[in-house]
Amino acid sequence: MLEDFIRSVFQGVPVGAVYALIALGFTLTYKTAGVFNLAFGAQAFVAAAVHWELHVHNGWNVAVSAAIAVLVVSPALGVALDFVLFRHLRAASSGARLVTTIGLLVAIPNITKLVLRFTRHPSTGGARGLFSGPDVVYRPFGDAYPITRDELVQLGVVVVAGLALGAMFRFTHLGLRMRAVVESPRLAELGGVNSARVGSFAWALSSAFAGLAGVLIAPTYQNVDAANFFELVIAGIAAAAFGSLVSLPRAFAGALGLGVASTYLATVLPTNSVLARGLKPSLPFVVLFVWVVIAPGLRGQRDVADPLSGVAPPPPASAADERSRSLTIATRGFWSVVGVIVAWAVFFAINDFWLKRIQVLLAVGVIFLSITVMTGIAGQISLCQAAFAAIGAFATTQLAVEQGMSVLVGMLLGGLVSALVGGLLAMPLVRIGGVWLALATLGFALFFHSVIAQLAVVNGGVSKPRTPRPLIGSIDFAADRAFIVLELVVFAIAATIVVLVRGGTTGRFLAALRGSEVAAASIGIGQWRSRVTAFALSAGLAGLGGGLLASAQQSVNYDVSFSPQVGLFFVVVVVTLGSRSIEGALQAAFGFVLFQPLILERALPWVINHIQPFLHVNAISGLFRDILFGLGALTFAKHPEGILEFQKRRSLNRIQRSIDRRKQQPTEAGSTP
Amino acid sequence: MSLLTAAGVSKSFAGIRALDDVGIEVAVGELVGLIGPNGAGKTTFFNCLLGMLRPDEGTVSFDGHDLSRIPTHRRAKLGIGRTFQRIELFGGMSVREHLLVAERAHRGEGRLWKDIVGRGRVTAAERERADAVLDRLGLLADAERPIESLSLGRGRLVEIGRALMTDPRLLLLDEPSSGLDHQETEELSAVLRAVNLDEGVAILLVEHDVAMVRALVSRVFVLDFGTLIASGPTETVFADAGVRRAYLGAES
Ligand SMILES: Nc1ncnc2c1ncn2[C@@H]1O[C@H](COP(=O)(O)OP(=O)(O)OP(=O)(O)O)[C@@H](O)[C@H]1O
Ligand SMILES: [Mg+2]
Repeated sequence: MLEDFIRSVFQGVPVGAVYALIALGFTLTYKTAGVFNLAFGAQAFVAAAVHWELHVHNGWNVAVSAAIAVLVVSPALGVALDFVLFRHLRAASSGARLVTTIGLLVAIPNITKLVLRFTRHPSTGGARGLFSGPDVVYRPFGDAYPITRDELVQLGVVVVAGLALGAMFRFTHLGLRMRAVVESPRLAELGGVNSARVGSFAWALSSAFAGLAGVLIAPTYQNVDAANFFELVIAGIAAAAFGSLVSLPRAFAGALGLGVASTYLATVLPTNSVLARGLKPSLPFVVLFVWVVIAPGLRGQRDVADPLSGVAPPPPASAADERSRSLTIATRGFWSVVGVIVAWAVFFAINDFWLKRIQVLLAVGVIFLSITVMTGIAGQISLCQAAFAAIGAFATTQLAVEQGMSVLVGMLLGGLVSALVGGLLAMPLVRIGGVWLALATLGFALFFHSVIAQLAVVNGGVSKPRTPRPLIGSIDFAADRAFIVLELVVFAIAATIVVLVRGGTTGRFLAALRGSEVAAASIGIGQWRSRVTAFALSAGLAGLGGGLLASAQQSVNYDVSFSPQVGLFFVVVVVTLGSRSIEGALQAAFGFVLFQPLILERALPWVINHIQPFLHVNAISGLFRDILFGLGALTFAKHPEGILEFQKRRSLNRIQRSIDRRKQQPTEAGSTP
Repeated sequence: MSLLTAAGVSKSFAGIRALDDVGIEVAVGELVGLIGPNGAGKTTFFNCLLGMLRPDEGTVSFDGHDLSRIPTHRRAKLGIGRTFQRIELFGGMSVREHLLVAERAHRGEGRLWKDIVGRGRVTAAERERADAVLDRLGLLADAERPIESLSLGRGRLVEIGRALMTDPRLLLLDEPSSGLDHQETEELSAVLRAVNLDEGVAILLVEHDVAMVRALVSRVFVLDFGTLIASGPTETVFADAGVRRAYLGAES
């Protein structure tokens, strides 16, 4: 037992040391800039990818390549992010800043892949150790406790980096000023510290820490893949949360503890059980979730870190509110014509490929309505909507295949199960709110991913059961077109529910809570009940959509459709295009499903090839979709209602104004003699 | 009969004793003032009464109920309404919507299934009630306007209207006249007097405008540095030398 533990210490401390780098870097930007930087993993990925490209692919010297990645590329990236983005977001709400970092998390790895042409290398990276050649194993404490050279290097580098950071804080002028900013940005500002310069430096430093962690940890992964770095960052954030996001030493200790604990856990749990395999990687997520729920110190933090968080700009009235009658009729007419053309195309013109896409689109549309409820109505950012959808998809499949239930009933029950899970999850979380809620939901999504989704009772085991199509009485929805009709009905019902809730008691209570929690309480609106209801409804819709998606694709494509990364992308797409309306959800579904095959792979190349003869374009990489939407999320801080919604309102207002002007002209001419 | 009773309420913030053993009583249908210089602890006291802050010591009871274990939003349902010194409105809503949501909150009809079957929408009766209150406050012309377009003074009136929609038996008003001009202050006083007379709503008024306090309330409590330094009939208290030193001296 003791021996196991000591061995865990030996193995866990190097891992924990890498977590510590993340925790330190993350805390640094959180405290100096108030940014909850989820893109930290992307920054780590950039450094790892650059290092891999130079060192492994091009054979550069390890030290030179690592130095370029960690000391040049990473700090430059950090400074650029500060300069271009975060400096301007100081007055934005914490939610807006969070969405910005999620957008970056999606965009940066894809830009990196594009720039480094990572997609061209079939296998990128691989478990090859920090240095070329086999790793060396030392046994200074006997055979029971081996240490590898890589582990020693990891540990050594982290200790040096940690000491350097400590020394900088203690002894250098810049470090002292930075510490002043970390302790109290406003006070430091009053004392004449140029917090913009200090901020840039903090970003550079923090980014360098991300890069260092990325380069050190990359060799332990199968691939230099952004998803791994993302999970690494969550572990780092869990450690940082241990220090309540204020104390660097406590964050450091938390990171080491986490490294040791997850290693130890793996040795005491029965080997090869799903629990052991799943719990080891997911321990940080569980710790993060539990810690966010129980730690009292985290709650008051919102106000401390975001002095302006309470003054989020009020949501502007949606476009539909301001139109005149004739304009309303005109837009309705336009959309009816579009609808008829699309319907004609669906039923008479298009082939199987597009039919499949449209089935996916409608199911995804239902899932996206869940984000309309969560973010557009309740004003919360949840990062586990894909997990809720997965619950619905798995439940539908299991109920239909194992219990022989009607698929439609299975979908409804799947939605109910998901709603139940969502409601239970929300109960401890809604009081915390804001970024912490987002973080806890992310913890849940990752836990679901690495433990729940791996259980055979959930996913149906290796046989991968097929999800059937519904059969109601004698009507069989197995044919694609019939299924599309069914999907349209489900979508319409879901959309109606969303509209009714938005205009009903629940929606208005939530709007009041979003406007002012204290004022809502003063008239008798309790946040707990309203928000738990919203969570459950949203999870239920996601579950229903998930079931529909599984039935559309006739299987649960977990990795493609429901993984935590996909869930992040869901949020990014919906908030970018418009989370406040049904149209927004539909447009987001279009963007998610059809943008790549229709616009990037066909329409755009066709246009390009027609307007110029020199360059022949076949298809534009799908990476651009992710990059575009990732960068699109950066507009959220400015247009929280979504860019399409914003554009629509602007152009409609313009038309409205010109109508008004034309109407006014005669009367004005009459009144001035 | 006593409606609100606070006894021995104390509250400290990181060493600052914001309230020290404060006790007051408000009778049913009474108009009472609570005055004191800036930083005396008046807003903190309101927050303790409503549970937005938990007092370190002391008890608050309303209409015979001990409030210490009752969360803020349920205290509102018992019949305590309030307005805020730093105005708290619901961004994105129109003026009328503020009142409608308060009306719905008061009736407690927050069932999801009702929304889903289409019974959550605003009813004609609710609208009528909201418009009656808006009319009384002189806000009817602004009913459709988005709240962001209102002046601070009108915003304060909306807060009062929102509180009135919950049929309060006691209104806690935190400096309702700040941001209002002389004319508006007069009108506000008239409205408050009418609300008090017609519906028997008790009012606890925090106010720096001495003229308004003198004109409206029959009794005042005076807070200074977190302690109650005087209380009693308005004119007696304003004649008190200590009160003049602590409060009026500081003001003028
Ligand atoms: N949340 C808080 N944290 C720390 N100190 C606080 C807090 N709220 C109030 N205080 C302090 O408590 C004291 C009383 O403040 P309070 O706002 O209750 O005064 P007030 O009588 O309402 O003043 P004003 O007339 O300016 O509104 C002040 O010294 C204030 O700085
Ligand atoms: Mg005050």
